[in-house]
Amino acid sequence: MIMIFGIPGPLLFGQLLLGLINGAFYAMLSMGLAIIFGMLNIINFAHGALFMMGAFASWMLLQYAGIGYFPSLILAPLIIGVFGVILERTIISRLYHLDHLYGLLLTFGLALVIQGLFRNYYGSSGLPYRIPDVLQGATDVGFMFLPNYRAWVVVAAVVVCVATWAIIEKTPLGATLRAATENAPLVQAFGVNVPRVITLTYGGGVALAAFAGVLAAPIYSVNPNMGDNFINTVFAVVVIGGMGSIMGSIVTGFALGVIEGLTKVFYPQASATVVFLVMVIVLLTLPHGLFGRRA
Amino acid sequence: MLKVTGLNAWYGESHILHGVDFEVREGEVVTLLGRNGAGKTTTLKSIMGLVPRREGSIDFRGREMIRLMPNHVARSGIAFCPEERGIFGSLSVTENLVLPPVVAPGGLDTDTIYTLFPNLKERARTAHGTRLSGGEQQMLAIARILRTGAKLLLLDEPTEGLAPVIVQQIGRTVREIKQRGFTVLLVEQNFRFAQTVADRHYVMEHGQVIDMIPNHQLEASMDKLHEYLGV
Ligand SMILES: Nc1ncnc2c1ncn2[C@@H]1O[C@H](COP(=O)(O)OP(=O)(O)OP(=O)(O)O)[C@@H](O)[C@H]1O
Ligand SMILES: [Mg+2]
Repeated sequence: MIMIFGIPGPLLFGQLLLGLINGAFYAMLSMGLAIIFGMLNIINFAHGALFMMGAFASWMLLQYAGIGYFPSLILAPLIIGVFGVILERTIISRLYHLDHLYGLLLTFGLALVIQGLFRNYYGSSGLPYRIPDVLQGATDVGFMFLPNYRAWVVVAAVVVCVATWAIIEKTPLGATLRAATENAPLVQAFGVNVPRVITLTYGGGVALAAFAGVLAAPIYSVNPNMGDNFINTVFAVVVIGGMGSIMGSIVTGFALGVIEGLTKVFYPQASATVVFLVMVIVLLTLPHGLFGRRA
Repeated sequence: MLKVTGLNAWYGESHILHGVDFEVREGEVVTLLGRNGAGKTTTLKSIMGLVPRREGSIDFRGREMIRLMPNHVARSGIAFCPEERGIFGSLSVTENLVLPPVVAPGGLDTDTIYTLFPNLKERARTAHGTRLSGGEQQMLAIARILRTGAKLLLLDEPTEGLAPVIVQQIGRTVREIKQRGFTVLLVEQNFRFAQTVADRHYVMEHGQVIDMIPNHQLEASMDKLHEYLGV
């Protein structure tokens, strides 16, 4: 057996892959948070609950309508994205004239209500979601057996992250979003319907969370608390990456996943705290985060 | 083209405009002159719908604008160039230039804009709009609203803090766009500059228009003007 730094190769690569998978979810979730924060100036505490709703939506689509995994990958984010649009229009938008703190409290409350409702109807023991047939099994890549579904999750997450980054940094729509983040009233005075842009941005961020939820459904059991396991780390990722920075969220998300995975191998006792250790170190040296916007 | 009657505006509890009246006819360049804090910027912002509360009447081509949201004001053909220029640092120069949506046909195309502002063509590839010099940022702020097809331009102190050569270039630009059929409402402190571009001048004080001076009478009204502007 190959040994690397005195660690068996398969164990090291296994943890590295696990870290990458977690990193993929950190990246997708924190990117959505960053986009929403940039535009709405609220920290969306409901993000974990909306991620969970994405997983539940794919489970329900299969259970009640016989709609499989791949259509769900499109449908569930659409459905939950529309739910997000309704939330923004009917509830969240009422708080824009108040301090940020109210938005945070409101979305925190929404998360509790949503989770409570799902717990009430589906319990918290978790529902299984089968890996789609084409992604079953594992591939021998020489140094380890790579489970196909996990490889797919990493690839899908990278594609979605890069696509979202490209839309925001390279297209006219993205330019409008960036401008509205800087000075919304002026962009509106140019003729852009800024309130609608804000609504759609929230819907888009929510759809990203739901997409991550669908990807997560076959790996973790579908249960009302599944977002909680991620969301604390995701907030740390947003802070480390620099509030509102898209690239920062993507890079930091994957990097922290991997760091966490490696810590599990080399010093397991610290695996739960290493993320926050990184956060403290980064904030002490770069108060605006690794990719924080030039002020 | 634009007729403002009895315009009042508030920021929170402070009542800033107290019944502003003036009028801009199609093809004119009209200035709002006045001391610091007279309410010139607030008047432009009230027309755009960018103040929290306003009352009165703003008639633009026969349409009442007083209740419209800023995006609808822009869509009806009024474009705004703010005092602080409003160039976006997270957008490249080109992205800044094409940011405002086209609201009507008849705007200038990019080639014409680059002929009017050769500096902008040279700096088009600059990655952050705010890397431009103050003068270039002002050019960009004017250039981007010429593209949109809006025919009434509200310019808030475009010469503020700029070197004399740049001020002259902006003067040439304003005369050129007037030639091309644009109508301009210009806020100025520098009446020497205003004199070189405008047809008429309104003088504002304490949130009201207190006088109107046609440009050809400006020299004859110097004493009065010095008193108004405190210069
Ligand atoms: N956002 C605001 N909140 C509260 N008061 C304001 C605000 N903006 C302007 N004011 C006040 O409104 C009054 C008019 O300001 P305004 O900016 O319209 O003046 P101005 O004529 O444009 O002056 P300047 O020549 O200095 O630009 C001033 O007394 C100013 O202090
Ligand atoms: Mg002003």
